[in-house]
Amino acid sequence: MTGFPSLLHSDDEQQLRETVRRQLAARADWSSVLRRVEADDPYDADTWRTLAAQTGAAGLPVPEELGGAGASWRETAVVAEELGRSLAVVPFLGSAVLATAALLHAGESELLPQVAGGERTAVLAVPLSTWPGSSFPTSVSVEGDALTGRVTSVGDAGAADVLLVPAIGPDGPSLWAVEAFEVTPRTSLDMTRPLGDVTLSGSSGRRVAEGAAAEAALQHALMVGAGILASEQLGLAEQCLETTIAYLKERYQFGRPLGSYQALKHRLASLWVEVTRARATARYAAGCLATQDPDTAVAVAVAAAICSDVAVLAAEECVQLHGGLGFTWEHPAHLWLKRAKADQIALGTPDRHRAALADLVDLPLGAG
Amino acid sequence: MTTTGPRTPAAADPTTADLLDRVQSLLASHPPAEVDRLDFLRARFDAGLAWVGYPVGLGGLGIPRELQAVVDAALAAAGAPDNSPRSIGIGLGMAAPTILAHGSDEQKQRWLRPLWTGEEVWCQLFSEPGAGSDLAALGTRAVRDGDEWVVNGQKVWTSMAHEARWGILVTRTDPDVPKHAGMTYFGCDMHVPGVDVRPLRQATGEAEFNEVFLTDVRLPDTDRIGEVGNGWRVATGTLMNERVAIGGQSAPREGGMLGMVTSVWRERPELRTPGLHSELMEQWVRAEASRITGERLRQQMAAGTPGPEGSAAKLMFSELNQRLSGLLLELLGEQGLAYDDWTMRRPKEVHFHGNRPGYSYLRAKGNSIEGGTTEILLNIVAERVLGLPGEMRVDKDVPWKDLPR
Repeated sequence: MTGFPSLLHSDDEQQLRETVRRQLAARADWSSVLRRVEADDPYDADTWRTLAAQTGAAGLPVPEELGGAGASWRETAVVAEELGRSLAVVPFLGSAVLATAALLHAGESELLPQVAGGERTAVLAVPLSTWPGSSFPTSVSVEGDALTGRVTSVGDAGAADVLLVPAIGPDGPSLWAVEAFEVTPRTSLDMTRPLGDVTLSGSSGRRVAEGAAAEAALQHALMVGAGILASEQLGLAEQCLETTIAYLKERYQFGRPLGSYQALKHRLASLWVEVTRARATARYAAGCLATQDPDTAVAVAVAAAICSDVAVLAAEECVQLHGGLGFTWEHPAHLWLKRAKADQIALGTPDRHRAALADLVDLPLGAG
Repeated sequence: MTTTGPRTPAAADPTTADLLDRVQSLLASHPPAEVDRLDFLRARFDAGLAWVGYPVGLGGLGIPRELQAVVDAALAAAGAPDNSPRSIGIGLGMAAPTILAHGSDEQKQRWLRPLWTGEEVWCQLFSEPGAGSDLAALGTRAVRDGDEWVVNGQKVWTSMAHEARWGILVTRTDPDVPKHAGMTYFGCDMHVPGVDVRPLRQATGEAEFNEVFLTDVRLPDTDRIGEVGNGWRVATGTLMNERVAIGGQSAPREGGMLGMVTSVWRERPELRTPGLHSELMEQWVRAEASRITGERLRQQMAAGTPGPEGSAAKLMFSELNQRLSGLLLELLGEQGLAYDDWTMRRPKEVHFHGNRPGYSYLRAKGNSIEGGTTEILLNIVAERVLGLPGEMRVDKDVPWKDLPR
């Protein structure tokens, strides 16, 4: 093979997938997810602790000497795929992906073992819509070790024990671990990934990185986040496709199963082609992230652009092809639709990723 | 020679070493610089180095076909001639596997060697004016007459018929049974009386294909492939090979049609507009994603676990080729108004992505029709991959002769 990472799951990865799927099926089926998101505290701390303890899901790419599982972003992507299928409300993206990537890149070793073990949840304090390549945030300022400012729409903020806060001080950008902060929950489009607005009022923090290292750690986290999110989107799309196929086999109208109508068969077959394409891109992005392949930035941009749209398409088809049922509160289609649409915006819209790609592969809009 | 178990080419592999020995002794006995091309190709076939996955005595060694790459690389490095596989694709990709699977020993001995060397070109006599997607409805009649069959009918979309010595031919031998049951498969000698080949001019202006009129053509029963009435099963196997051949192509990043668009984009900044840039990047991403999908398919096949993803490959390819070739004409603007040549010609080889933008756009329209239309492929995905119910059939238990047409 010409430098391609394996795009297939190894036996170990397959086993991890099965373990995670079993756990999530037992603990976080969609009806319990729906009950939970209507409760005051939506986070499913028990499931998160169990996943962390049984599969190391809180710190898969973290080396064993730092308390992690000593695996890689490939295994992280496997878990993301399964979480995309289940929509369990756990702070995986915020803590095990975004914050972990930033801490790893910054060479942090105090907080990381606690995060990797699932004992504490760390969350990267940026709006969930922040994209790789965006400029360093300026919403929080730092003087000495006191941070002041407000960060809106932070994913998983409500579950955070510690925030990783990008801040601007007299010496430029830096990254801080902060334990004293206030979170105002937002009413989020995606009920299964709650957002919160974070307020820092002179909170004291511990500096994790400064200058170029802080900028690089943040960029790395956003890149990893977008790449792993593609696997979550893939899992969601697969779930929507499978659920819709099953429904069209059992639902009869005009004396025939709906799935025997060619207009509907072709829509599902076309969706299957799109999901097939999405799967390859998500696996390629995870493989590149795991080995820090020089093609990683391209792989992530392609996966993010493709998987974002495929997840939305799959969820929209799921709603439409379920007819009236798909529009009810009592069917999971709306949960998938909300997650898919929010994921499309999270960590860069498809168009942002295509714009990044235009630079990466030298296809500029301007005269160059 | 070991023939069991999956093997991959590797220098330390005893099979690979043995294979390279065989290549060396072929090169020693038939130095490419000194012997005639055809003599070399025949000797290569007789040495079992033509297609190593084929049985001993039929151009192969009965070893895994992946090892062919070792032979091809070694022979190419020595400057040996090849059998111009691009111009005999139907014989290599469709006729040969069919003959191997269903032919008699005499047929294999008679047909495979000149097929592989290219001495005898093969064509495919399947589609008819009244039987396209519904191939099993075909009506070309073959009637038995002693040791011979008398064939009457018309075939269409036959590439290479004007160069071919042989054709793989499906006929109707029993009109009184339902359509799938009454068919019989032949190797058809294209040089016998009654075979009339006429060019079929296509939208691009040239004629890659032909119509073939068969009038009282007499074929010996010894050229029948498979049992009488078993033609549909034989033909289905042939078509599976066609889909593999079309869907199995791999390309480097920005290969094929995308490469034509990106090179114009980079070289001609004055043509760029925001809308075209959006479309370009959208198609770039889809093309790259399809390329990675192809790589994943290859990894699955190498691991011995081919998935249904192969069915997706052709759907992706035809859609991309059409969108990108259309985008290129729009990008070129004034230049896109021109066409290079409408003269009726007979191309020797077909290059979808040659430097002829207008031609590429028009030729791409055939991609979603040839080798199974997009609509038929979507049916196949829906039924065989997703397990959705089959189409309602009104022709299943009806004798062929009573079908409406």
